[in-house]
Amino acid sequence: MDSPRPTCIVIGASAGGIGALRILLSRMDPRLCAMIVIVSHTGSTDMRNFCDVLAEQSALPIEEACERTRPQPGHVYVAPSGYHLLFEPDGRFGFSVDSKIGFSRPSIDVLFESAAEAFGPTLAAIVLTGANSDGAAGLLRVRELGGLAIVQDPDDAEIDTMPRAALELAGADHCLDLRSMATLVNSLCGPRDESEDPLR
Amino acid sequence: MFRSSIEDIEIELFVHALKRRFGHDFSNYAPASLKRRVRLLARQFKCDHISDLASKVLHNPQLLPDVIAGLSVPVSEMFRDPPVFRALRDEVLPRLASYPEINIWQAGCAFGQEVYSLAILLKEAGLYERSHIYATDFNDVALARAQEGIFAARDAKLYSRNYQEGGGTRSLSDYYHARYEFIKMDESLKERITFANHNLVCDSVFCEAHLIICRNVLIYFNDELQDHVLKLFSDSLVRGGYLCIGNRENIQFSASATDFMAIDRQSRIYRRMPH
Ligand SMILES: C[S@@+](CC[C@H](N)C(=O)[O-])C[C@H]1O[C@@H](n2cnc3c(N)ncnc32)[C@H](O)[C@@H]1O
Repeated sequence: MDSPRPTCIVIGASAGGIGALRILLSRMDPRLCAMIVIVSHTGSTDMRNFCDVLAEQSALPIEEACERTRPQPGHVYVAPSGYHLLFEPDGRFGFSVDSKIGFSRPSIDVLFESAAEAFGPTLAAIVLTGANSDGAAGLLRVRELGGLAIVQDPDDAEIDTMPRAALELAGADHCLDLRSMATLVNSLCGPRDESEDPLR
Repeated sequence: MFRSSIEDIEIELFVHALKRRFGHDFSNYAPASLKRRVRLLARQFKCDHISDLASKVLHNPQLLPDVIAGLSVPVSEMFRDPPVFRALRDEVLPRLASYPEINIWQAGCAFGQEVYSLAILLKEAGLYERSHIYATDFNDVALARAQEGIFAARDAKLYSRNYQEGGGTRSLSDYYHARYEFIKMDESLKERITFANHNLVCDSVFCEAHLIICRNVLIYFNDELQDHVLKLFSDSLVRGGYLCIGNRENIQFSASATDFMAIDRQSRIYRRMPH
């Protein structure tokens, strides 16, 4: 059997992330059937402006993740600054103010690991540009639990440290530039082509 | 939903053991962050498996305070989220000024950064002498540190900036003594503070409060426990009393939330409605 369609896509970005996210999100199919959840280290204390900047380029609705709520397919959520964002086992958002991990809160690893445990093989995780190694351990956990690992091609990344760290520790199912990445996500999570549905 | 099962079972066993043997009930904590902390604890105690951790505490009860300390998250800052302290200063304290005595309960005080911030706020509002602050937590290790009021000097810069952004009119260094790599909060800030162990899961109301501050504690609880604690706060607050929770907390799934009316949504400040 083919691997299952991702229902959730988690994305980690750090230095250079806003530019990469704008490109990626601007190319996403507005009928996307998965939810997208982003941790981005920006150093800004209010991510709502960050959401507005991303929203300019994207057809998908973008908002800050809200504690205890259940994310919806076709929506993009951004972790608030100062909190770790986690998936609870029931698929709702949980927050914590546990210590920073490698100078970061939110931490990409925390999101990825909890998402891997909540979604298993129906998760896709993407590591983008950045100057640290956050996300590598999380990506490894995603792969252990059957999820799909996608890493930005280091040559395509503004800062290649984070993608390289992820590739080194976890490896990837796909290592792509941003444009091919958007194409892949659209084909994996775009609207279902009903003629291909074996149940029909 | 997908599960990685062995570890989940072990965590359940560990939580069950703490409850049965020591009366510490973590079963209504939010699972995702609890799992992370149990894992860290297992590593800290050099246990390969979480089930080894359970057996270790069961047979070595003297480890319990360290276990509680490991599951608690005493991470804090002075004047964390400065706009909240500005709102307390501008909107809440002037209204509390009409009471002859002011009772404040700070629940989940961690290492005490927030309670000293509060003491400073009350001093500057001229209300300190008639206030009584109860600073509670269920982590004895953290409470002892909070009582000392000693913090790392490397954090003083952040605390000072927060204090200024929160509307502080003096210099934060007026309130502490710096020694080598530590700062020690002025003794006079402690005069009206009572530090006490109180577990929000199982302990009851102990004072009639005019203001309750409980920030970034309920995020660790599931809906049921969050509701239980909001009910506790509602019972403790005088009519019209104030509740301040963490900046990104959401109480919409709690039935007891209807006892509270938001007066500042950004800063998560509520008033207790008449029942
Ligand atoms: C992240 S700290 C919050 C510190 C501070 N209020 C702030 O926002 O900066 C959470 C605190 O809640 C305490 N806590 C957790 N569960 C508790 C319980 N059941 N009863 C009392 N305190 C609890 C922890 O020990 C920890 O010190």
